[in-house]
Amino acid sequence: MKTKRLAWLAMIAAALLFAGCSSTGTRDESAGNAGGGADVVEGGSGAQTSGAQQGGATAGNPLEDPNSPLSVRKIYFDFDKSNIRPEFYDVLRAHAAYLVAHPATNLTIEGHCDERGSREYNIGLGERRANSVKQFLEAEGVNPSQLNTISYGEERPEALGHNEAAWAKNRRAVLVY
Amino acid sequence: MSQKLLKLILLLFVGLALTPARALEIEITQGAEGALPIAVVPFPHTGGGAPPRQDVAAVITADLARSGRFRTLPLKDMLARPSRADQVDFRDWRALNMENLVIGEVADNGKGGYLVRFRLFDVFRGEQITGYSFPTTQHDLRSTAHRIADLIYEELIGQRGAFDTRIAYITSVRDRKGRETVHLKVADADGYNAQTIVTSTEPLMSPAWSPDGRRIAYVSFEKGRPSIWVQEVFTGRREKLTSFKGINGAPAWSPDGRRLAMTLSKGGNPDIYIMDLRRRSLRQLTHHWAIDTEPAWSPDGSAIVFTSDRGGTPQIYQIPVSGGTPRRLTFEGSYNARASYAPDGRYLTLVTRVNGDYRIGMLDTENGSLQVMSRGSLDESPSFAPNGSMIIYAGREDGKGVLEAVSTDGRVRQRLAIQVGDVREPAWSPYYQEAR
Repeated sequence: MKTKRLAWLAMIAAALLFAGCSSTGTRDESAGNAGGGADVVEGGSGAQTSGAQQGGATAGNPLEDPNSPLSVRKIYFDFDKSNIRPEFYDVLRAHAAYLVAHPATNLTIEGHCDERGSREYNIGLGERRANSVKQFLEAEGVNPSQLNTISYGEERPEALGHNEAAWAKNRRAVLVY
Repeated sequence: MSQKLLKLILLLFVGLALTPARALEIEITQGAEGALPIAVVPFPHTGGGAPPRQDVAAVITADLARSGRFRTLPLKDMLARPSRADQVDFRDWRALNMENLVIGEVADNGKGGYLVRFRLFDVFRGEQITGYSFPTTQHDLRSTAHRIADLIYEELIGQRGAFDTRIAYITSVRDRKGRETVHLKVADADGYNAQTIVTSTEPLMSPAWSPDGRRIAYVSFEKGRPSIWVQEVFTGRREKLTSFKGINGAPAWSPDGRRLAMTLSKGGNPDIYIMDLRRRSLRQLTHHWAIDTEPAWSPDGSAIVFTSDRGGTPQIYQIPVSGGTPRRLTFEGSYNARASYAPDGRYLTLVTRVNGDYRIGMLDTENGSLQVMSRGSLDESPSFAPNGSMIIYAGREDGKGVLEAVSTDGRVRQRLAIQVGDVREPAWSPYYQEAR
């Protein structure tokens, strides 16, 4: 039925629009590793990162500074993979440096997956991603007692679509201070 | 599109958004050759009491039709509507090539109760095959109709029916701000009488029926971390079973109901554990750095199958419940997961990846052959009906999670549509057993 299809299209369009609004991270493929190497632009606001944050002299809380690599809280993964992509090394090093400098601060690392495959297996895969971030931070000197992990598998998608663009956004680790 | 039609559609959507899910609708998308022709005549109400609120014959007809094993006669084609044996003229039904005929009535039975009488006839022999009467109530009329459908199915197909059973499933609804509410629901196997038994703003996962159909184990992320809970279906009373550091997931009851297999990552990575429910003692069954998850028991309780990526990709392995070396069962394809047994212990249903699509498969453990049973691209969470006749699973249609079912011979496919939100993780109940 034509009208039914139109109605579905409208609903899908609404869902896509909605997904666009609700996601806060958009990956900029072309950014490469210029500046601080952070190629995730939060909120699509065009905030740029700059290098050399270690021991940086940001006034106030650097966690609140949109120009700090610490503002990048999402690390994306390849399909069925849990290794950290090199483009995220500098972001994670900045978080590690912050945590080393603030030993009373705790970080929860959430692991997430795209919707493909079975749900409980994805819980396992999400945990592997969270652990991969945890191990990276520990290797940079962070005290393990500051770090918690939780896997949400595919239960908490960031993008609600059912295509590669949405899946790429959903394969992620989220850093929650 | 006309203005009027648009308004109607809008009204429909508003209506759907406001009313809770009423029923799963059955849609037979592929018919079966050689289905048995049967006529179920409407059951009149006799007596002066309150009229029944359910059309018993319509419920029976729908059950038989959706099984795919029967071709039911539309009401408008009936030449007569007998309700007692002496009113039946078999020529009326032979003329329509009906092989079987069901008649009956709903009689008052004192104090708001009813007595449902039914008779099943062989039209060509002109003989009654069976007949029963069931005392019931207004509230239980649908259930009585399902029991009658089960009896008819068993008489004519030679296998116990599974109409008077239930399904558990998860639904997810998002409000305008994108906030998600997740429900664990239980409904009759035909989708009616859906009842919410858990509501949460955090994920709910992996509902698993106890073998007596009285309890459901599930995973809840309430309080910000996953825990395994066990809840009594009828009283709502529940208990938190595990809340270890890391994953607490994939609960699966042993066939005797005394143990629960589960996935825990408290040891550093996901492994299969078995909990003795009375002693609350835990035994670790698998020991591997890979992801070991999704345990399911063999019907005789001697073995557990599980998903593991120890060989590089997720595949199904089997291990004796007493422990030992896991044996790999799946060799076709690069992704096989979430297996569970058919009641016969020979077949497994699982999720398998075929050319990038995730589909439902059925593995013959005797010869290793894997048959693809579904046609979607994101199909998941298959489970067998308790008589092994069908597999229910979750698929996607127009970006929305829906429940689908396929007969194990692959001939009949149904879509069970829920009107609200995303529907997923169906689990078909076992046959209900009274408390002993």
